[in-house]
Amino acid sequence: MSPEDRLYTKEHEWLKLDGDIGTVGITDHAQDALGDVVYVELPKVGDRLTAGQTFGTVESVKAVSELFTPASGEVVEINAGLSDATETINKDPYGAGWMIRVRLSNKGETSKLMSAAQYEDYTKDS
Amino acid sequence: MSNSKRTPLYEVHKRLGARLIPFGGWDMPVEYSGIANEHRAVRTAAGLFDVSHMGEFEIRGPQALNLIQTVTTNNAALLADGQAQYSAMAYPSGTVVDDLLVYRRGPEDYLLVVNAANIEKDFDWIQSHNRFNATLKNISDEVTLLAVQGPNSARILQSLTGIRLSDIDYYHFAKGKVLDADAIVSRTGYTGEDGFEIYFSPKHAEAIWNSIVKEGQPHGLVPAGLGARNTLRLEAKMLLYGNDMDETTTLLEAGLGWIVKPEKGDFIGRDSLVSQKQQGVNRKLVGFEMLGREIARDHYPVFVDGREAGHVTSGSPSITLNKNIGLAYVPAENAAMGTRFQVSVRNRLCDAEVVKTPFYKRTENS
Repeated sequence: MSPEDRLYTKEHEWLKLDGDIGTVGITDHAQDALGDVVYVELPKVGDRLTAGQTFGTVESVKAVSELFTPASGEVVEINAGLSDATETINKDPYGAGWMIRVRLSNKGETSKLMSAAQYEDYTKDS
Repeated sequence: MSNSKRTPLYEVHKRLGARLIPFGGWDMPVEYSGIANEHRAVRTAAGLFDVSHMGEFEIRGPQALNLIQTVTTNNAALLADGQAQYSAMAYPSGTVVDDLLVYRRGPEDYLLVVNAANIEKDFDWIQSHNRFNATLKNISDEVTLLAVQGPNSARILQSLTGIRLSDIDYYHFAKGKVLDADAIVSRTGYTGEDGFEIYFSPKHAEAIWNSIVKEGQPHGLVPAGLGARNTLRLEAKMLLYGNDMDETTTLLEAGLGWIVKPEKGDFIGRDSLVSQKQQGVNRKLVGFEMLGREIARDHYPVFVDGREAGHVTSGSPSITLNKNIGLAYVPAENAAMGTRFQVSVRNRLCDAEVVKTPFYKRTENS
């Protein structure tokens, strides 16, 4: 079940808001579809991201998958430990497997994202 | 829905929770418990693969050998009954129609095993050169092919067959029963481990698959998919047709000169391959390691001195070696071990170094 305390993209990222800071990761559905994650490429603190554009890459043994920005803003923190412990993305995608924190520049954009229930519905048939 | 063909074990794979993907015109299991897990199981214990998508042709008749000698590049005349050989078919230019296994079942009775995606092309190619009145038959739909691979393979499979597996040497085979099925059991594979490939009628597919899984589980066997098959074969530097060689690359460029035998007499591609051998090739398939953490993938461009000079044909993390490895065509002058070049990963040039292959070689224990 997808946690209800966050929002979801069609590309299977999640966004958890705390004031104007949003934490971003990939969903359980995404990590399961990818398989064992072996590589992750994240932006740098200070990078400015635009909603809908890519902010990084995650790779499993067999697949390369781009990461899409749920909401525009400046990167204020990255989960630097992930690159040496990529399995965390598989084991705890909603917790320790978080990827970046962004200071949102336009919170209104988040209205385009899906709720947990909508995301469940979206992934039901895939 | 796809129009892909299904092996007799399609429903079994689905029940096991396999992820199925289209491959060479077939819906095939790519993974069950995870590529890394399956890969390690094959290196340390055993894995069971359904590779029924592969094609099988029978070639029979007094001149069967002459037909095989004409269309293949290796010397099939050296085969004894019960022996198998890795070989290839070349175009007149020396590029590759397909790579294949040739099994000699008798002096006038051969079995060819070809790649799934090439079945029709290969059959037509062989038939078009059949001036020897040999009987050529495509029996691909009548054959189920399972591969049991890994150090525990013999122990697991022995409990299901009266064939004495310890008597079968590498690249040899025996005919006999596996459970109730008439089967060919050959000591071959595509993983770099000891193991067996079993050919039999599809009506026995479920029974044999299930028995191997049941007998194998206490010995660490897991069902394994095409994902692990690919990472395993790459570590062992076994080439994949369509990636590492095809109709645009010659056997010598691909490093398959060891299965080109001009001394056997005439065959298709001989003249080109002989002259290419004398003159040398312009590019070579090399094995490389990435020096940073980036992963090279199939088709990524290769750069030498800042210029695009080739491409990666197979690239992947190596699960056994914990490195990122690959095969790539590079200019012959850049093919020596230790030579550095760059792979373009998402438009960033990342350092790679030519290394000795195979990347992984098992320690002999049998």
